[in-house]
Amino acid sequence: MGAYQYVAPTSVDETLAVLKDAAARGERAQLLAGGTDLLVQMRGLDRAARTIVDLKKLAETRQLELGEKETYIGAAICCAELYENEALKARYPGLLEAADLIGSTQVQGRASIGGNLCNASPAGDTIPALIANGAICVVAGPDGQREIPVEKFVVGVQKNALAQGEFLLGLKLKAPGARTSDAYLRFIPRTEMDIAVAGCGVALTLNDEGICTDARVGIGAVAPTALLVPDAAKALIGTSVDDDALAAAGAACTAAASPITDKRGTVEYRRRIVAVLCKRAGAIARNRILGV
Amino acid sequence: MSKLHVETSINGEAVEFLCEPQQSLLEVLREELDRTGTKEGCGTGDCGACSVLMDGRLVCSCLVLAAETSGHEITTIEGIAQGDGLHPIQQAYLDNAALQCGICTPGLVVATKALLDKNPNPDEETIRYWIAGNLCRCTGYDKIVRAIQDAAGRLAHPA
Repeated sequence: MGAYQYVAPTSVDETLAVLKDAAARGERAQLLAGGTDLLVQMRGLDRAARTIVDLKKLAETRQLELGEKETYIGAAICCAELYENEALKARYPGLLEAADLIGSTQVQGRASIGGNLCNASPAGDTIPALIANGAICVVAGPDGQREIPVEKFVVGVQKNALAQGEFLLGLKLKAPGARTSDAYLRFIPRTEMDIAVAGCGVALTLNDEGICTDARVGIGAVAPTALLVPDAAKALIGTSVDDDALAAAGAACTAAASPITDKRGTVEYRRRIVAVLCKRAGAIARNRILGV
Repeated sequence: MSKLHVETSINGEAVEFLCEPQQSLLEVLREELDRTGTKEGCGTGDCGACSVLMDGRLVCSCLVLAAETSGHEITTIEGIAQGDGLHPIQQAYLDNAALQCGICTPGLVVATKALLDKNPNPDEETIRYWIAGNLCRCTGYDKIVRAIQDAAGRLAHPA
């Protein structure tokens, strides 16, 4: 076993070279953004030496850009920087609610949205909200950049789609129009500082008559990965997002869920609560658009 | 493996140190730099006893690698008071009996500083959410919340 190393490359090419060199030497390299998961793992069950590659010195992982058509959020931007940004909050209030729910003030000052995604916990709060917003992951690798829809990025419990030598640069989201908004809700038995029993993100677009023309629903903590629920979106599109449509969307979430029973909740409870969260988040997103 | 050479700023003072790549800021503060005001509770970011400011932002020093502080500004509990007197936040904690065993207190004082720098007049709910990451097993928090409200008043209207 070798020794720990720490490197903080300043460009994408340098980062890729560090990852390639480590692989060539048969050494393990691990990416560091906020460190709120990584440092805990290093102190716990996974103490083996490795090269820690700090991604916070790259322009691409620290960039936050609110373009006319698109928003780009660098993978290493911390949760607090996100929800302190009023213009970003106006675009994706639900996504920022999710970022604001993660851990304590201290954790939010370090934990990054890219890290929350790459850590790939079934209960990661930003993931269903990113799915609802149709986020696209921008990945750097030896063969250049590639893009992965966020719902395909997490492939299993603590497993993401990054191949060896690749890393997440940031996330691209469509800039919402005036008639698009989102919401995220999770259930925890306390009011703060807990891990989701279930979570649901809903993004809606309504036309001028108040009819839903587009919808995306993401659910978390009720399956090995956060899931996009197309049937929930179908139940909302073409409706005024009334109680019946929301109930149907909630039922679709229950049907899509394949939760486990653990100390946070049972299978039955999680399947039921995810429907409630979908209904409530859908109503919040609708009301945000309608301004009520 | 040679140690890493880190140049940073702690409480306004330029500081250089050598550290292992995996060492946390907390370990370096306490064990290399002899700044033991910052306490270790859990070591995993749950309790907030090790809270410090990094570029003005509240963080757990156990969740920051010492190597990551290169080029950044760190404020620890030792940097809160100016000169020989206590900071109004520290005085408010004493006057409100907001500490018993004292292990959580440095982290809470730093957290209070971060809150009041950002929001000089927080309501009780804001205070309680802000300090949710600072565990205290003695006081039951009410006296801490009162101390923070008192400190906000003292800073707004210095005697």
